[in-house]
Amino acid sequence: MKTQNQKAWFFVLPVLLLVAFNALIPMMTVVNYSVQETFGNNIFFWEGVRWFEELLNSDRFHAALGRQFLFTGIILAIEIPLGIAIALAMPRSGPWVPVCLVLMALPMLIPWNVVGAMWNIFALPDIGLLGYFMNTTLGIDYDMTQNPFAAWATIITMDVWHWTSLVVLLSYAGLVSIPDAYYQAAKIDGASSWSVFRYIQLPKMKQVLTIAILLRFMDSFNIYTEVFVMTGGGPGNSTTFLSIDLVKIALGQFDLGPAAAMSLIYFAITLLVSWLFYTLMTKDDAK
Amino acid sequence: MRKRNLIPIVYILFLMLPIYWLVAMSFKTTNEILSGFSLFPQTFTWDNYVTIFTDPSWYLTYVNSILYVSINTVISICVALPAAYAFSRYRFLGDKTLFFWLLTNRMAPAAVFVLPFFQLYSAVGLFDTHIAVALAHCLFNIPLAVWILEGFMSGVPKELDETAYVDGYSFPRFFTTIFLPSIKAGVGVAAFFCFMFSWVELLLAKNLTAVEAKPIAAAMTKTASSAGYELGLLAAAGTLTIIPGAIVVYFVRNYIAKGFALGRV
Repeated sequence: MKTQNQKAWFFVLPVLLLVAFNALIPMMTVVNYSVQETFGNNIFFWEGVRWFEELLNSDRFHAALGRQFLFTGIILAIEIPLGIAIALAMPRSGPWVPVCLVLMALPMLIPWNVVGAMWNIFALPDIGLLGYFMNTTLGIDYDMTQNPFAAWATIITMDVWHWTSLVVLLSYAGLVSIPDAYYQAAKIDGASSWSVFRYIQLPKMKQVLTIAILLRFMDSFNIYTEVFVMTGGGPGNSTTFLSIDLVKIALGQFDLGPAAAMSLIYFAITLLVSWLFYTLMTKDDAK
Repeated sequence: MRKRNLIPIVYILFLMLPIYWLVAMSFKTTNEILSGFSLFPQTFTWDNYVTIFTDPSWYLTYVNSILYVSINTVISICVALPAAYAFSRYRFLGDKTLFFWLLTNRMAPAAVFVLPFFQLYSAVGLFDTHIAVALAHCLFNIPLAVWILEGFMSGVPKELDETAYVDGYSFPRFFTTIFLPSIKAGVGVAAFFCFMFSWVELLLAKNLTAVEAKPIAAAMTKTASSAGYELGLLAAAGTLTIIPGAIVVYFVRNYIAKGFALGRV
């Protein structure tokens, strides 16, 4: 059992100071901007909750939020089952396991704008492997700079390519921690492979899957760099997700007030969804 | 059994395709790239790589990236170790709240922080230094490192600590000579994830630097010259950014799967 010891605070202090420096000061800056209007030259006017009201009633924000939820929903619906399926199909031991893991981890280790650039090159209609294959071999008119559907399909494929491995690695970690005795017991009982999955493997993977879904939710909800490099939010506004819209407002138009209000609402939504999900997934454990 | 193995193989092939295309393109001449589609480099050339390794404005950005990523990993691990120990061994006022608050920083969209970070680091005179980027990346790497290390430390029985004290070990000596070696896999995994997330992040790194500490990934935008994109050069620079990650992942290949499995939710 853990012992009560208030001196433990001293151990936590360095972390606290560093993260507070990075999180609290910028957050206060954002809060400060969100209630003011500026015309440059460091002159500020009090605006109260005007930016929040405007934002919550703006079609532009609703559209970006809708796109964001749609995107996150789609990639979670693809990556989680696919990741579990691949992890189940992997051998439990043997010389090929480390090779597989290294190769699978590779996409996650590439800087995000390089991922974007890589997929750009890959999807170029005339000289990219994917674009050439689609246009010339399959005869589908495919160009992600022109066609919103092609842009969405490419970005989703890119994200599946980029991040499914995280789900695979986590699920695999959960699977290898299951003792052999469980499988032997299931064999003696004559359990079908579905019941083995449903009553042995899935419960054992629950903890790592919670982490996987949480991480995938947070990161896909915050996606910026890859999409910015690939489509810049276009064609039109079809792939303008929340972060892209936010950077457009903050650094493009330099509307600090509205951008700050949007940041706060954005962060609040991320926190709320993560918290809801976390509570739902862990509520059985608390009993 | 045979059929089952097909799934990971097909998946890995899918993963390798865009990477192959990037690498293949880095060995092509700009003329060949623009003249049409070719599956393999027709006129194999090292020119793109030669350009990068002879031009300081290219290769120094590479050094910059490695430098700030390393600083960040060291800082993150050093401060996360005692904190993770406290979370895994003691109960103290506000420990659960603090732990959750740390994790919320992992959820913050980087886009939210770009401008405030720029102002903060300019105000303290750290703009365009490696340390600024390293510190900024602590925002999401420290919570992650604490989370992973706490999981590994909780796996070490508390009796180990007690036995060491009975044997007359002081805390620092116990921590460095007994405790650390018993969680070295955890330290490796945590360092790997810190390295990884610092290496791939660009939005903050780009906006906190101008010249002196510019990361390689940001330097790639300059391939867009007046003559259009130099795709070969872009591909070569991109290929080079894959290598450090590949080396690091090779070293932790036997632990990587365990990394999160031990972390608590």
